[in-house]
Amino acid sequence: MSTFVSGRTGEWEIVIGMEVHAQVVSNSKLFSGSSAIFGASPNNHVSLVDAAMPGMLPVINAQCVKQAVLTGLGLNAKINKFSVFDRKNYFYADLPQGYQISQFKHPIVGEGEVQIELSDGSTHKVGIERLHLEQDAGKSLHDQHPSKSYIDLNRSGVALMEIVSKPEMHSADQAAAYIKKLRSILRYLGTCDGNMEEGSLRADVNVSVRRPGEALGTRTETKNLNSVKFIMQTIEFEVQRQIELIEDGGEVMQETRLFDTSTGMTRTMRGKEDAHDYRYFPDPDLLPLTFDDAFIDELKIGMPELPDEIKFRMVNEYGLSSYDANVLTEERETAAFYELASDGRDRKITANWMSVELFGALNKAGIELAQSPVSPNQLGGLIDLISDGSISGKIAKEVFSEMFETGKDAKLIVDEKGLKQVSDESAIVTMIDDVLATNPDKVNEYRGGKEKLFGFFVGQVMKASKGQANPGMVNKLLKQKLDL
Amino acid sequence: MSVDKHVVKKIARLARISVSEEKSETFSADLGNILNWIEQLKEVNTDGVEPLSGVNEHALVWREDNITDGEITDKVLKNAPETAGEFFVVPKVIE
Amino acid sequence: MSELLKMTATQARKSLLKREISSVELLNAYQTAMEKTEALNNYVTPTLEVAKEMAIKADKTYAKGNAGLLAGLPIGVKDLFCTKDIETTACSAILKGFFPPYESTVTSNVWKSGGVMLGKLNCDEFAMGSSNETSIFGPAINPWSKIDGSDLSSGGSSGGSASSVAAGAALMSLGTDTGGSIRQPAAFCGVVGLKPTYGRCSRWGIVAFASSLDQAGPFTRTVEDSALIFSAMAGHDQKDSTSASLETPNFSEAVNSGIEGLRIGIPAEYYVDGMDTDILNLWKKGRAWLEQAGAKVVDISLPHTKYALPCYYIIAPAEASSNLARYDGVKYGKRIEKESLDAMYEATRADGFGEEVQRRILIGTYALSAGYYDAYYLKAQQVRRLIKEDFDKAFNDVDVILTPTTPTAAFPIGAEIVDPITMYLNDVFTVPANLAGLPGISVPAGLSEQGLPLGLQLLAPSFREDRIFSAASAIEKQAEFSLAPVRAAGDLQ
Repeated sequence: MSTFVSGRTGEWEIVIGMEVHAQVVSNSKLFSGSSAIFGASPNNHVSLVDAAMPGMLPVINAQCVKQAVLTGLGLNAKINKFSVFDRKNYFYADLPQGYQISQFKHPIVGEGEVQIELSDGSTHKVGIERLHLEQDAGKSLHDQHPSKSYIDLNRSGVALMEIVSKPEMHSADQAAAYIKKLRSILRYLGTCDGNMEEGSLRADVNVSVRRPGEALGTRTETKNLNSVKFIMQTIEFEVQRQIELIEDGGEVMQETRLFDTSTGMTRTMRGKEDAHDYRYFPDPDLLPLTFDDAFIDELKIGMPELPDEIKFRMVNEYGLSSYDANVLTEERETAAFYELASDGRDRKITANWMSVELFGALNKAGIELAQSPVSPNQLGGLIDLISDGSISGKIAKEVFSEMFETGKDAKLIVDEKGLKQVSDESAIVTMIDDVLATNPDKVNEYRGGKEKLFGFFVGQVMKASKGQANPGMVNKLLKQKLDL
Repeated sequence: MSVDKHVVKKIARLARISVSEEKSETFSADLGNILNWIEQLKEVNTDGVEPLSGVNEHALVWREDNITDGEITDKVLKNAPETAGEFFVVPKVIE
Repeated sequence: MSELLKMTATQARKSLLKREISSVELLNAYQTAMEKTEALNNYVTPTLEVAKEMAIKADKTYAKGNAGLLAGLPIGVKDLFCTKDIETTACSAILKGFFPPYESTVTSNVWKSGGVMLGKLNCDEFAMGSSNETSIFGPAINPWSKIDGSDLSSGGSSGGSASSVAAGAALMSLGTDTGGSIRQPAAFCGVVGLKPTYGRCSRWGIVAFASSLDQAGPFTRTVEDSALIFSAMAGHDQKDSTSASLETPNFSEAVNSGIEGLRIGIPAEYYVDGMDTDILNLWKKGRAWLEQAGAKVVDISLPHTKYALPCYYIIAPAEASSNLARYDGVKYGKRIEKESLDAMYEATRADGFGEEVQRRILIGTYALSAGYYDAYYLKAQQVRRLIKEDFDKAFNDVDVILTPTTPTAAFPIGAEIVDPITMYLNDVFTVPANLAGLPGISVPAGLSEQGLPLGLQLLAPSFREDRIFSAASAIEKQAEFSLAPVRAAGDLQ
């Protein structure tokens, strides 16, 4: 799946790996009973354990273990029934213990894979190296005081899953597809809310370049990217920077870099002389984390259907295009909405209505599907009216606008406004006779060979019916009358 | 086996303890002696021996995912050398 | 008053139950004793006001007939236990002024049983030391004196806990033992010191030194008292993941239960160079006493004993280097103001930690650092397993192991602090039990030629403190040790 980029001196291959930090969906923190919910006043969601008071001890949250295993299953990964929590030792203002509890040698989840799809429709597999559980740090605010930093420990101790990919991506597009797919899987599983803006999902991106076929080049790691756009910008910038550097006879330094959102550039974060030595060792306050097959099996049974499976079903059973299936499965809520709306109805028509009309209206109104004024059942009701011939497609669009505005059912709108399609043959014939009687010249011209006038007659009949005549019947009956 | 002053300073830096020139000399000697004495562990054949990091024989117990703690900002901040509003305060950190 | 000080905890409890004495009277006697023995520097924070309230409350429970196991008994607490709203310093400058908003599980258990808190007791800084000389408050002094009258070390790290009980300034006390910090000072001061099985007492709320080794335990004048207070201290705690989920048996039943047929192991490797002949003789006596009481003595081997100390001096500092990272001048305790965060950390920790603590942090940091981890930390963990397996094998053949507690009697203040390794050698007999997680007790069993107390140590398999109490009470009965230090608050026998 490699694509090459051209530098001044020849072709280069890009190699990208990603470490994604995903905040686990749980009520309380990984090792303490304080709330893991975002958005409290400073140091409010903090227990004595989170503040690293002397003698405080960690006790693991069962939910976080379940979420990690569930995620591992969603990534088709090896689940390790024995894993170990280690301490990663370093000093930082928002790291109250002076160490982060993480998993180093024995992570809870081992190798797995994610399937990604690119815009050209091609699919690729990206390997997962491992997934482990660890604590989040607190937050430092540097802009509150000229010579001080302020520390808020609300995030301190919240459970994170660090998901490490193999260095198997080779373009910014692939990296974008990977993070989107990962986010989608996490959201389907309900193990991470995927909110990148709030930082629930953020990525450290490792980038290196090499001559095709050669050994891996030196990589840089750009930390804490919280949007797909920033990830792509970082990769593009780093690739250019590294190629230029090497082509100018320089060398890439293995280092940690920061992305500047205002310039779209990366810069060195820490000096080399302060290289970290994390002194990992097993946390003596905790015992190895163990569980049995029955525990895993139970989680397997409760697992929701994942986007790849749903997509497969949509394409193969419902006959949807791969494009529509992608759009409808990107979010769990969208797929669920669609399944409800299309249940027992024409799957294709429903898919079309959702992806064109509903999404169009939501976009225009700037709201999410969850806030849609039209419920799945209501959309289904509209599809029913189309399918049984009660309204035409054109009228249906009008009805949909009204539904979106008022939240009323389609049937109610059709009844109130008398929009029901006229399919009564005698009524249509009467209207046709009237139109033909008032336009004898045009009838003669038509019969004389000016067939283009057919459209004119259709228009007149529809106008007379206020748009409610069944267009198919109008066509058919008009043809019969004119072609006598 | 000796631990030279540079190593002492590197270790002290990792441990965030400032050491004077004089102290680093004392520690250099002390650490050298202690590590020399510890070297006797090398006599023990530990081939194939699983490391033992704790003696507990029970399994790690998990807690239910309930919010049972927190919302004690005053207690959390009470002993802090410097605070501002509901924040801890430290010298400015430049990344 | 002196009659009150003479009572053991068990006797005092009986008198309190019969309402012959009151908790307040008992407290008053101990308050006077604390004043009399102030020069021993045992209490770093007396809490007599709190004690008075607790004593009054205890008397009410006796009146109502719902008195707890320890109701009205005056107890001192090592300053390593966090006590709610009472300054807790670990005898370190870095924690000066720290008032925990919480109470450790073990002290909570003791107060729930009606214990009366006399105050916080002196110890080595962060429990790192074997003579109480690394305390920021200066050493706790042993109430026993040499013939020449010079000040002797109380031992450490729980020096104040041992000295206060020996001097009659506390009826019982709480300590912690990471490598011998209860048993060694107990031996030096002539009292009973118990290190329970790892996991028996909760570590929650105790300032951590080395998490995989630390364990709280009591100091008492008799084995019977030890069983009494231990029954109140122990128990499963959901807040400590290393706490064992086991019922706490009634240990008092094990005391004086007889040791007919009990198999006692004497490990060959505990005959070490530089051991006092007094101690060797005492060990032989101990063996004879147990045989006379019906036990069967078996010679055993614990081949890796020699390596326990160097193994310990990697593992304990490694864990400590990480445990003490939280003392950084941000959340509590001391801060030395500096322009940058790192400069603040470095200055605060250089100023706030004493030399021995710094030394151990540096060793631990070194042992865990890249390039040395395998050679030191991992190697030590492997040796730790071999040491544990030695005991596992030995306990196939014996029920209890008998050893001396220390290679020497108490030494003068200042005698050993000069050389770290000499100081470390004090723990040679006590450290193996911590590495293996086993329960151990030191029972005062005789005097040296110089008239100083000597202790014998008994070790048992994990969670078999009952066997320790049985054997220890047999030794106690035959040793007829007399607790009579010259600097006690009064006549204690």
